[in-house]
This record gives sequence, C-alpha cells and structure tokens, in this order.
Amino acid sequence: MPPSLITAPERPAQAVEPPAGRSNRRRRRSMSLTGWAYAAPTALFVLIFFIVPIAIVARMSVSDWGLFTGNRGLNAPENFTDVVDNRLFWPAVGFTVKYTVVTTVILIGLSLGLALIVQESNRWNGFLRTSFLVPSALGLASASLLFYAIYSPQSSPLGFLGVSFLGTPNAALWSTVALIVWRFAGFYMLLLLVGLQGISGDVYEAARLDGAGRWQTFRYVTLPLLRPSLALCTILCLTGSMLAFDQFYLLTKGGPDNSTITVVQLIYNMAFFGGNNLGRAAALSIILLAALLVVNVLQFRGLRDREG
Amino acid sequence: MFRTPQRILAGGLAILFLFPLAWASVASVSPQPGSAQIDGWGFGNYRTLAAYQAGIGQYLLNSTAVSLMTVALTLAVSLFGGYAFANFRFPGRNVLFLVTLAILMVPYATLLIPLYVLLNQLGLQDSLLGLSLVLTMFQLPFAIFMMRISFEAVPKELAESALVDGCGSFRALFHIQLPAVKPGLITVGLFAFLAAWNDFITPLVLISDSAKMPLPLAVANMRQQVMGIVDYGATEAGVVVLALPCILLFLALQRHYVRGFMSGALKG
Repeated sequence: MPPSLITAPERPAQAVEPPAGRSNRRRRRSMSLTGWAYAAPTALFVLIFFIVPIAIVARMSVSDWGLFTGNRGLNAPENFTDVVDNRLFWPAVGFTVKYTVVTTVILIGLSLGLALIVQESNRWNGFLRTSFLVPSALGLASASLLFYAIYSPQSSPLGFLGVSFLGTPNAALWSTVALIVWRFAGFYMLLLLVGLQGISGDVYEAARLDGAGRWQTFRYVTLPLLRPSLALCTILCLTGSMLAFDQFYLLTKGGPDNSTITVVQLIYNMAFFGGNNLGRAAALSIILLAALLVVNVLQFRGLRDREG
Repeated sequence: MFRTPQRILAGGLAILFLFPLAWASVASVSPQPGSAQIDGWGFGNYRTLAAYQAGIGQYLLNSTAVSLMTVALTLAVSLFGGYAFANFRFPGRNVLFLVTLAILMVPYATLLIPLYVLLNQLGLQDSLLGLSLVLTMFQLPFAIFMMRISFEAVPKELAESALVDGCGSFRALFHIQLPAVKPGLITVGLFAFLAAWNDFITPLVLISDSAKMPLPLAVANMRQQVMGIVDYGATEAGVVVLALPCILLFLALQRHYVRGFMSGALKG
C-alpha cells in the first residue's frame, strides 16, 4: 500500500482549526485545501488508472500498436475500418444486441415478480429473499463454471431431459440466459424491493377506496410509482449485458460455430487471443464505449421526458 | 391471509434457486467417472484441486492477498474521499465526483487494454499489487458514492461541535464521524471483497504468470488440462471452494448488504 496515499491528508488537516480573528477568506481557502487533501487519493486513482488509460486507448485506436511490438505510429482510420470489415464484427454486434434484449426483458420481468412475492416482511418471505439472493454472492465466473458442469452431458444432473444445452446456437443462448437469470434475479429483486417499500401505504388505501382491483392497482399505482427503480434496473441490466464476457468465455467459448461471440469477447480475441493487435482492439472498444454512451443518454432522456 | 398456491409457487422457485449450489456441493464429493473420485464418496476431487500446478494453497493465498489489498485500499480512499465530498467545498469538487462516477460508464475491456500497457510501464506487470490497484479503481464509483451519502447523513451539529471543541478535521473524522459511517464502510468493504475475490476478466488480462493467478482463473484453467478431457469433479470442487467464503460472508453480513441498498442509496 503506498503510504503517501494514506498519510497525505494529515498535514493540511491541522490548518482547519479556526483560531479566532482569522479572516473569513483565509479560512475558506484553508477549508478548500483540506478538502483537496482528503480528496487527493481519489483524484490520484482516477487520474492514473482512469484518465490516463482513456487517453492511451484513444491514442491506440488510431495507431498501429501490436501486443509485442508496441506503438509503431499513427495509422488512422485503418483500425476502425479493419474492425468493421472483420467477418465476426456484425455477427458479434447482432448477437450482443439479441442477448441484451432477451436478458433484460426476462430478468426485469422475473425480478419484479419475485419482488412482489416477497414484498411483505415475515419469516417465510425472509427465507425466500435469502434463497433468491444467495446466488448473487457468487462471482459470475464461479456461476459460469457451475453451470458449465450442470450443462455438460457427462456430469449433468439434468441428463434425464435428454437435451443438448450448449449444442446449438439457440440452446447456447437460452442456457446462458438461464445462468444469468439465476445469478442476477435476486439482486434486481432487491433493487425493486427498495422501490416498492418507498411507495406509501396511503396510496394503496386510496386505490382500494376507489374500488380498484388487484390488477388495476398494480397497473395504475404500483408500476408508475416504481418507474425510477425499474429504470435503474434496466440501465444496469442493459449495460451489464452489452458488456457480457465471463459467461460466454467460460460457458460456450463463443461456440457453437462462433454463434455466441459477444463484442467484448471479440475485443479480447483481437488484443490477446490470436489477434495480438491492441490498436484494433482499442478501436473496437471505443466503438463499444460510444454505443454504451448513446444507450445511456437515450435512456436518461426518455426517463426525463416522461417525467416532465 | 396466506394463499396456498402462491406459497407453493414461491417455495418451488426458492428450491430452484438453491438447487445448483446444493448440487455442486453434493456432486463434488460423490463418485463419478473421469474424476479423482470414481468409487464411493470422498474428497478425491479436492485432492486433485490441491495438487493442481502451483497448488490450491498458492491460489487461495493470491486471491486472499488481492481481496484484502483491494478492500483496504477501497476503504481508505473512499473514507477520505467521501469525507471530502460531503464536508468540504473545494474547486473541482463536482468535476472530480462526476468523473469518478463516470468509471461506471466505461467497459472493463476498454480500460484493461491500456492498463495492461500502463502497468507494464510502471513495472507492475504480473503483480498482485497492480491487480489490486486496478480492482480498487473499478470499486471507486460505488464506494465514493456510498461514503459520500453516509457522511452527508451524519448530523452537521455533531461535526461542528467537534470542530468547536478544537478537534482538527482529521481527529473529528476518526473520533466523531467514523462510528457514524460504519454501516457504509461495511457495505463498501463487503462489495469490494466480493468483487475482488470473484473478478475474472481483470486477472485474465493482467496476470500471465500461472503462480500469480487468483483462484477463479486457476479453476477455469484447470478444466482443460488432461488432453482436453474436462475433470468435472475437480471443477465442482473448485466452484465450492470459490463460492463458500462468499456465501458465508454474505449470510453473515446480509443485513448490512440489504441495508446498504435500503438506506436510499439507489432510490430514484
């Protein structure tokens, strides 16, 4: 642990003791110095491990930059055209979009159902919540390895079904979605539960007095009031799915026949696995970053418009 | 008020969610062909795991070291950072906060490629410290956000009374505010631990020396060892070893985990 990060704030901290009679302005200045001293470790981390890498990746994306050869000068826009011309680029984009849509719809729907089931606080629901939440303590990699064993013909406990879980492109997609739903449903349930508990009982009471049935209450009271939480879950789920890597790297290895290659897998392959071309990988990750920003901005805007 | 069909449905779902974990624990000690545990029940698969390459002890040690360093760094940085954002006004405060949150918007893969080059230049290639520094950076958006709202929830009179009593801001932080933000720290620490213990793509890119690999990477590599034949028994044992600390920690700290969200951190 770098000691400077820990001890840096100590010195200016003394300056904040306000001896009587000091001018207000000087005091404010020492306040802001102290503030900076406490924020310095954060700023250092963000600068070295976030800002600098972003600058490097931007530079890489327009350079001829091999994994072992290093930077060999600018070549823009060759990396970008190479990426788009790559025979796996469009299939990877298509598959990532399909996977993202399927996962988001199923995951949010199921999580909402779970949240409604365990909404009331009692012992039985506490047990249910814990059961649904336990898988989210596992790492995505551990969960993928676990399902790899569950899906394998040799060790599967589901062998009696006689299904090939990873054999066809469609089966591989749905098997992966099942893994992701298992791993994340509890987490999104928890987020939605927070939203549900923020809805005051008076609103339900009012709906009941107005003669609303269960479905009407859900449709016209719960859903609209839950929208901020649903929007948060959707943003997290869309972002997470667009960046899918572990589950496909471990479970399907992109197969069968490269049918389950995601964009992030393609980035990894271009950079380290065979491709050894950091420039091209950087170009693809810039494209991915741009797509992610567009999706998030659209989401935020949609949310704001509907609220306004 | 209990509707029976709903209870059956919910109970069935709970079993469905618990089944994979239960199955993995049982399967890892049960006999199966192609593993080290062919006849009868026993811990043969765990012995395979223990003897794999550098030995499971080494991998456990790597994972523990990385997780502890990440937790310590995340706690230290977010404690000071949250304090700064909540209690001080300084130029660049909002920009720094927003840029820290922006880390969430950037894909891991986008950052890992330049980080691979950067860590090489810093002499931190194949280093557990380098790995922990990167994992800490990935934790910062959540950790800083969480600690900022924790400090903002501390009554202002408490902080001011400490300053009036002649405490420096450093002493005020450690003696007065620290106890009040403890739940936030526990949540941040738990998240940092789970993330560091489980992360896969970061060590996959940054660590190539097989003796320095953390456990998830080692278990994943172990699958394709003997001439492409997968030892599922050892894989199941590996999953159990990977999952057990996380599940125990989660059950022990579940209240804090849930409260971390319930505190309103993520509302709206």
